[in-house]
Amino acid sequence: MTPPDLTRRSVLMKIGIFVNSIIALVLAVPIVRYLLSPISKERKGDWNAWISLGGLEEFPAGQTRLATYRNPVVNSWDGDTADIACWVRNVDGKSFQVFAINCAHLGCPVRWFPQSGLFLCPCHGGVYYQDGSRASGPPERGLFQYQYRIETGKLMIQAKEMPTPGRAANSNPYSDIVREIKPCA
Amino acid sequence: MRLIKNIGDWLDARLQVGDVIRETVEHQVPSKTASWFYVFGSAALVVFMLQIVTGIMLALIYVPSAGQAWNSLQVLNHDIALGWFIRAMHGWGSDFMVAIVLIHMVQVFLFGAYKFPRELTWIVGVLLLLVTLGMAFTGQVLRFDQDAYWGLGIGASIASRVPVMGPSIVNLMLGGPIIAGATLSRFFALHVFVIPGLLIAFVCVHLLMVVKLGINDWPMPGRVVRKATYIKDYHALTKKDGVPFVPGAVYKDLFFSACILLSIAACAIYFGPFGPSGPPDPTIIQTAPRPDFFFLWLYAVLSLLPPSMETPVLLIGPVLVIIGLVLLPFIFGEGEKSWKRRPIAVLTILLVAVSLATFTRLAGNAPWSPVMDAWSGMPVPSEFLHNRTALERQGALVFQLKQCRNCHSLDNQGGKRGPALDAVAVRLTQDQLIRQVIQGGGNMPAYGKNLTPAETTALVAFLETLHPAGQPAARDASRSLALTPDTPQTPATRP
Repeated sequence: MTPPDLTRRSVLMKIGIFVNSIIALVLAVPIVRYLLSPISKERKGDWNAWISLGGLEEFPAGQTRLATYRNPVVNSWDGDTADIACWVRNVDGKSFQVFAINCAHLGCPVRWFPQSGLFLCPCHGGVYYQDGSRASGPPERGLFQYQYRIETGKLMIQAKEMPTPGRAANSNPYSDIVREIKPCA
Repeated sequence: MRLIKNIGDWLDARLQVGDVIRETVEHQVPSKTASWFYVFGSAALVVFMLQIVTGIMLALIYVPSAGQAWNSLQVLNHDIALGWFIRAMHGWGSDFMVAIVLIHMVQVFLFGAYKFPRELTWIVGVLLLLVTLGMAFTGQVLRFDQDAYWGLGIGASIASRVPVMGPSIVNLMLGGPIIAGATLSRFFALHVFVIPGLLIAFVCVHLLMVVKLGINDWPMPGRVVRKATYIKDYHALTKKDGVPFVPGAVYKDLFFSACILLSIAACAIYFGPFGPSGPPDPTIIQTAPRPDFFFLWLYAVLSLLPPSMETPVLLIGPVLVIIGLVLLPFIFGEGEKSWKRRPIAVLTILLVAVSLATFTRLAGNAPWSPVMDAWSGMPVPSEFLHNRTALERQGALVFQLKQCRNCHSLDNQGGKRGPALDAVAVRLTQDQLIRQVIQGGGNMPAYGKNLTPAETTALVAFLETLHPAGQPAARDASRSLALTPDTPQTPATRP
């Protein structure tokens, strides 16, 4: 005599629920993996590629010029959105600064005014000096900078991704160094 | 006639829904709630149906591809017969839907309808508000223009501030490292499949509870909600003083919904569709993105908060608001329903409404945004140059050329990021002006490195002329004493 809760039906029912739970779990793995692909994908492919901004002659010494590049990670249907702008400052003919177009506050496109030597943001009025450091307004930091190198007379940068306040550390080559420098007392 | 009845009977014998429909249609509502105040929920539902219909029509033409979406909107606006009208109906329908949902929420709050036993109805209503706002934001993204592109950038910048998870959230939101095709595709999926699915599910639950629990009785001062007695009292009330929902109350819903639909159509015809503004090409940086109407207040808040407060307010504020709204019916589940006996509730609504309206109005002229072309597009008014010396006029030139005008207005023209300078000489002495120009401060950049001494002298000479005719410029009395001990009253500046 089996106890009332251990009939054939109830056992099969429990096995059924168990088997389906296992299948749901197994199916969940590829689904979650698929949904999370934007996070894992960025470490693959041309993500780290060096991109040319053009010949050095396009960036005269002492000036700041707008440059554009095609993002290295791109799909054919991205259209114009994969064309990204950035500001290139030729500091003294030898060293450069390549600033992201995105304001360090909320990512609006900053504009360079050579007369006053300032970057102005049209959204909430963030202002930066010519070296990208914060001058005034809501931004909590200076402009984001790309790593650059000069190769066969061309200015190359590593763009990787749209810089935002939270992931700025990835795109600013100096962030670790700057953190070490303590202001004078 | 008999044929129709026969078909109806045949269907009902199989579907078995006739009784449910009859019960729903004829359910008794307290006669006083058959009121013009109770029409907003049904109007929101009707506008939602309009959005579904117009949305499906737009989806027949729209191409959810970053490279083509903007072009397909142009085709809708210009090449398809009445495509502009469908776009305009969908856009204005969206604004009306958010507005009606908000009004409905205020009415429910003021009439105490969230109290026992309708707590869950309120919570589902809060979810409905969130998904409605979600529809409004994702819809703004699908209008894939400059505003949408940079709006996404703002969204990503906000999301990136979440501690630890921030960068991953940005990648998930954008579908990749930058705003591109994958971003638009996922916002399309959200706007067309995910959020509408949630919306329909929540609406069904919301309506089911309204029918099962009965519509909120008209709040009478002194008729207090008690969990022990409320349901009995409510049934007694509907029995004594009830009217069937159809036709006792429904004609007002029908009439109001018709008015709303007509208003949407009128706005659509008169004002036309929203945008699209410039193409979503991030290399076109001559743009000043603005959010849609219902997010303008957020734009203002983000500009006015002190920088250090921004991230906490952005990340914690919405969580607190949602928790507060969800907990509301549990904390205040009993007691008075009438707004006449709930002064704090009324004041809360007034405070929120006045704040949102103020922020929205402020964002309309955005005084915190520099006017990017003021320096080249708005000449110094001639009265500021009349009878001035060569040095002072040179200073006016420096004033324009160094983009001071982008943030400072003269004669109400120019940026309003900094103070208007029409009377700056009354406020600051020569020394203070020099210090302010060179060192900046008080939210102004330092111009020391970008002005030659000659330019500074000229600029300050010009600024010192900026005072009303009857008011002399400020001067440093101690300085004039020190410089000319014999004539202590020599003014520091030219009158």
